[in-house]
Amino acid sequence: MEIRSTEADRNLLLELSGELDHHGAKKALLELEQTLDAALPRRLVIDFKEVTFMDSSGIALLLRAQQKMTLLDGGLLVRNIPPQARRVLDAAGVSRLITIK
Amino acid sequence: MRTKAENYVVLEFPSHSRNESFARSAAACFAAQMDPTLNELEDLKTAVSEAVTNAIVHAYPEAIGSVTLKFRTLPGNVLELTVKDRGRGIPDVEQARQPMFTTGGGERSGMGFTIMESFMDQVTVRSAVGKGTTVVMRKRLAPRRTK
Repeated sequence: MEIRSTEADRNLLLELSGELDHHGAKKALLELEQTLDAALPRRLVIDFKEVTFMDSSGIALLLRAQQKMTLLDGGLLVRNIPPQARRVLDAAGVSRLITIK
Repeated sequence: MRTKAENYVVLEFPSHSRNESFARSAAACFAAQMDPTLNELEDLKTAVSEAVTNAIVHAYPEAIGSVTLKFRTLPGNVLELTVKDRGRGIPDVEQARQPMFTTGGGERSGMGFTIMESFMDQVTVRSAVGKGTTVVMRKRLAPRRTK
């Protein structure tokens, strides 16, 4: 699991790649928190284009990101979700809770 | 009820989180003989990932223990995936299966069993406190036209 972050004018883009399972999410959660605390963005975009697998560990990560952005009074957008990850979000009913493009 | 398996494989590994990926790949490799669709393969990998993660996170919270996978092909194009641990067990299985219930803190979503149930046709959980947990999941794969 790798995260590439790009920041401009308090817009933060996080591009995830690899397998977002419990093993990968442990590191990703930590990185997410640190990056958000440092950047304090108004708008966070998480891009899933390069995510090759996701299980419920990814749900915990997205809910955490959502929570953090609410605290920062900002918005979260999740984009390019592959079909497998999308089915996981749908099964958990999470697709209704977050903005997905 | 026991159903006679047409083919099976048994694998055992220590509960290191890096083995989650191995468990998924092993399930996909075994399922390949049934000519699954890409969606079916992804469903199987997702369900195995959830069950194995539960064993790693909850069965052995402070130590490394063994996780056993047993995959079987059953008559009627049914695939059975069993994930077994000898960990601390689940005191209340019904509660553990409820959506959003977790003892794993902010790192876990509490949606593992919900996803297993959604991606497989049948999920059975047997658990005894101090002895371990066995999750048995079955899925009937769509019959493919002979090529």
